[in-house]
Amino acid sequence: MSTPKPRVRVPAQAKKGELIEVKTLISHEMETGMRKDSAGKTIPRQIINKFAAAFNGKMVFEADWHTSISANPYQAFFYKAQETGEFSFVWKDDNGSEYKATAKLAVS
Amino acid sequence: MNMQTLIRNGSRRDVLAIGGLAALVAVLAPRMALADEKAVQAEINKLYGNKKLGEGRIKLDVPQIAENGLVVPINVEIESPMSADDYVKSVHVFADGNPLPNVVSYRFTPECGKAAAATRMRLAQTQNIVCVAEMSNGALFSTKAEVKVTIGGCGG
Repeated sequence: MSTPKPRVRVPAQAKKGELIEVKTLISHEMETGMRKDSAGKTIPRQIINKFAAAFNGKMVFEADWHTSISANPYQAFFYKAQETGEFSFVWKDDNGSEYKATAKLAVS
Repeated sequence: MNMQTLIRNGSRRDVLAIGGLAALVAVLAPRMALADEKAVQAEINKLYGNKKLGEGRIKLDVPQIAENGLVVPINVEIESPMSADDYVKSVHVFADGNPLPNVVSYRFTPECGKAAAATRMRLAQTQNIVCVAEMSNGALFSTKAEVKVTIGGCGG
């Protein structure tokens, strides 16, 4: 599997108090651990089990994903714009890897 | 009417109908170990014990019919002012016909401004989606919706 590539869509600017939608997507197999390969051997589970979003270092939204989440997981949520700053996103893999992305937001 | 009296007294057509029904039940029986309503209830009890679940406040948006069980959109929205002292703390989503009942758990903060989140899930078969929301004051709400799945998300 190639390195998962996160993609994030956040508006570049917003008015103070405006509700914005944050959309994220990451390429990942989300292997459930229930499938068998052609030799009949169980393919071990490997999913992204956690997604977290923070703004200027403060936690905004978190999701615990289980095996029922589709491959190439999508996650959307909302944020009420207050101040100019930066989102930081992290996806945590079963294998211990962390995939990261950031997005700037200018608030007027 | 039990089976024996049926065979004794019933017409041949009745017996065939019962046999057909039994065959249909056998076909519909799941082929792998799947969660059920009890498994979902057990997960909810693990989180919240026997606390009462209220109705309303949750808008659970899932398709009535999903053609492809591998990618089923799910959008949840909970009515809340999302202020510092009155907000939605967490939301848990369960599926009662998947190999494992847990789908996703969200944690919200007042900074979200709106308690809503969307993702995509796999569904192995036609089943109920159960959603439980916990408010900042500890109040619990729950709702469920059925999704009919045409092609299952587990290679089925």
